[in-house]
Amino acid sequence: MHEMSIAQSLIDIIKEEMTRHDATVLRSVRLHIGQLSAIVPQSLSFCFEVITSGTELEGAKLIMEVIPLEGMCRECKRAFEIKDYAFECPFCGSPDIETTAGQDLSIVDMEVD
Amino acid sequence: MKISVVKNILEANDRIAQENRAIFDKSNLLVINLMSSPGAGKTSLLEKTIDALQNDFHIGVIEGDIQSSQDAERIARKEIPVVQINTGGACHLDGNMIRDTFKEFVFDDLDLLVVENVGNLVCPAEFKVGEDFKAMILSVPEGEDKPAKYPLMFRESKVLLINKIDLAPYLDCSIEDMKKEALKVNPHLTIFEVSCKTGEGLDAWYAWLKDSVNNRKSA
Repeated sequence: MHEMSIAQSLIDIIKEEMTRHDATVLRSVRLHIGQLSAIVPQSLSFCFEVITSGTELEGAKLIMEVIPLEGMCRECKRAFEIKDYAFECPFCGSPDIETTAGQDLSIVDMEVD
Repeated sequence: MKISVVKNILEANDRIAQENRAIFDKSNLLVINLMSSPGAGKTSLLEKTIDALQNDFHIGVIEGDIQSSQDAERIARKEIPVVQINTGGACHLDGNMIRDTFKEFVFDDLDLLVVENVGNLVCPAEFKVGEDFKAMILSVPEGEDKPAKYPLMFRESKVLLINKIDLAPYLDCSIEDMKKEALKVNPHLTIFEVSCKTGEGLDAWYAWLKDSVNNRKSA
């Protein structure tokens, strides 16, 4: 639902980076979408297409990888995948865990000419 | 040519939220981002909270809705500063919209600012506005499956108010299960069970909020 705002922010960053690198054509852009972020990849892809159509960015490919939720237990120091959004250590049961991956929404790299 | 970027897409919003925060900090103002699905009781909780704390603190409110100024009118009856934001379609408030309201407030005269976000259990959780913390309401009729279905908001919130507990006897919903499910997603949640209709449980919330405002002022 808020994918339109996200797509707009994404395009702002893309344009900024293209200017910085003197690029004129955007071939593709790769994103990491954390599992916990409330983004639906298909919707984002649709919004991206809508905003870029008729502009110099039209036709660029959006490559999205969903990053699973991972955590690290502050008690027993073990790392694990957080399944079913249960934020507790599967080894020792401690709720004191740090989320190490799967929360962010980031642009990783882009292919330009 | 490949360009490595590695940037948070929400960075621009996060930056504005940080700037907002710096402005709030100067006035030692406690700012709460209040979120829930539509109809869970955000405005009712605000009305009750204003009534209870108005003698102790100066409170300001920013109302976020897609359309209409009904909520701001309800709050304005309490004779406190309130600004309505109509997002005109957007399902959440962001840092920029909050910044646009600053000219309407004198922050040095306030102790507590509550931002009532657009009713939506998904999107508002993703956008910081410069708040000290996020608080959310889950009302009993919504059911105990919501934390597992909408984990981000429960994960991002510091406080959970379970509202409409007076309806529990009429519904197939267990408040205990609701709490259990919420704590699974976020074990650090501070939970209050309340009814804005009967007033049950609200005193504990007021006391907690009072402490939070006082701690913020002396920070």
